[in-house]
Amino acid sequence: MSNIPVELKYAKSHEWARHNDDGTVTVGISDNAQDQLGDMVYVELPEAGQTVTAAEACAVVESVKAASDVYTPVSGEVVEVNEALSDAPEKVNQDAYGDGWLFRVQPSDASELDALMNGDAYAEFLAAEAH
Amino acid sequence: MPFIPHTEADVKDMLTAIGAAGIENLFDEIPAGLRIGNLHGVPDGLNEQEISHLMLERAERDGRPLCFLGAGAYDHHVPAAVWEITTRGEFYSAYTPYQAEASQGTLQLIYEYQTMMTGLTGLDVSNASLYDGASGLAEAVLMAIRGNRKSKSHRVLLPTTVHPHYRKTARTIVKNQGVELVELPYDPRGGNTLAAALKSWEGQDVAALVIQQPNFFGVLEEVDELTDWAHARGALVIGVANPTAMALLRPPGQWGTDGADIAIGEGQPLGVPLMAGGPYFGFMCCKQELVRQMPGRIVGRTIDRDGRAGFTLTLQAREQHIRRSKATSNICTNQGLLVTAATIYLSLLGAEGLKRVAQACHEQTRRLVAALTENECVEPVFDRPYFHETPLRLKVPVEGVVRALHAHNLLPGYLLGKEYPELGDALLVCATELRTDADIALYADHLNRVVAAQTRAGCPVQPKMA
Repeated sequence: MSNIPVELKYAKSHEWARHNDDGTVTVGISDNAQDQLGDMVYVELPEAGQTVTAAEACAVVESVKAASDVYTPVSGEVVEVNEALSDAPEKVNQDAYGDGWLFRVQPSDASELDALMNGDAYAEFLAAEAH
Repeated sequence: MPFIPHTEADVKDMLTAIGAAGIENLFDEIPAGLRIGNLHGVPDGLNEQEISHLMLERAERDGRPLCFLGAGAYDHHVPAAVWEITTRGEFYSAYTPYQAEASQGTLQLIYEYQTMMTGLTGLDVSNASLYDGASGLAEAVLMAIRGNRKSKSHRVLLPTTVHPHYRKTARTIVKNQGVELVELPYDPRGGNTLAAALKSWEGQDVAALVIQQPNFFGVLEEVDELTDWAHARGALVIGVANPTAMALLRPPGQWGTDGADIAIGEGQPLGVPLMAGGPYFGFMCCKQELVRQMPGRIVGRTIDRDGRAGFTLTLQAREQHIRRSKATSNICTNQGLLVTAATIYLSLLGAEGLKRVAQACHEQTRRLVAALTENECVEPVFDRPYFHETPLRLKVPVEGVVRALHAHNLLPGYLLGKEYPELGDALLVCATELRTDADIALYADHLNRVVAAQTRAGCPVQPKMA
């Protein structure tokens, strides 16, 4: 059973979103996603200052098996990216919800978060996908 | 590893295992309306005797003309050992096998090819090759746009001194991908791209600049100045290089302060005969930081779990069998057989041998130009240094001269008027190390007679100033 923190929001494309106290949204990929992809070898991140639109591909996580697009769950401006991943992409495997975060967005419309799943819904979604 | 397809018994066993009556049944799900049935214009197969007869007849029609034609493909000496070894059963396949790691010898050969090409281009990494130089340019343009994160534009500057066929091929491949290819004029005196031609792009967003060295005219470009100009403005540099010339000239990786970012070119001069236009192969090298944007296969050296050295395909996650439509390219492959020949060619010649070939080409071309321009109706078009070809202008209609020389079993050069009408009666002539002094004298002799016959009383214009 993969780790699904209940306080986060999840997209069907397996990204998680954390609404921070300062209004920004931190984005990463779920523990289930990192487990499916396998050992990360490279992470291609957006650039700070870049404008992104919800459900648009704006990062790539590359494992030994595949290179997959990461879709931003919210629209807005990228305010920070996790530079540490360029030297240590394995952080995504080791700590998907912590040190393995990908980028942070200043959302233009925070209500887009409401369209995402909560932890329980994502757990059900994963269970359904497995069948 | 044998490259022998399935026997009839294999096919029967496989069909039985999956319960299919015949191979045709495997395509049942394709509706009849979508099937072509038979291919119009494709004749029935011929047996070996018939095809040999046909091919010999066609080959004889070409004759064995004395070749002073270059313009992108070059008539070099290919040591007999090159194709003797290349066509051995162990190597004789056009492709990297699908179960690549089972063919360690093939992978080792490609790895050695990549190592040689990085040495030749002065760059960090090489792929396992591409179709040809022209498609290599298209791939490099797309790669530069993906790789240049500073540039938001899809604009690439493409001097008209780049091979016209490469420009056409690149345009065909990238035009529907929102890429803007901007052609830059050349200096009518020098035949090179002037930094002044770049002035109007000062302050504009440009993703990359293409530089061919030597350029299509054989002329040497001011690569350092052009490379530094591009880098100072956030543009990447794509070097289109002749592999033989790189043995003498500074390679793309050493152009300007930081070197070109990507180098591509036609690999044919490295052990591949002219073969009526192909197949040839393209090479592509780049800086380490662009490796994930590089299309095609890359072979890496690694160790297995027991610590033994071995070879493997690497960075495959970028490729189409994994990334589908998001792959770095969906129209490339390597040219395994020709790369095999090139690797053997380079091994036999070595760095010193390749340099001697390049020197001999340059020397013979200088002699050719000296011999032909003794005729007062023939003069060089440009005044800048060249490598192993350069345009000459005739003061008589050039098409007639070329036709007459063809009749003497001589390929006198490439007619530039079609692609560069402003150059008038210009002929791009080339001599490789294969053209002897006697060949050059023969060409000059025939040319003098043909020109004299065309002008009767000699050159219709004033004699050259001393």
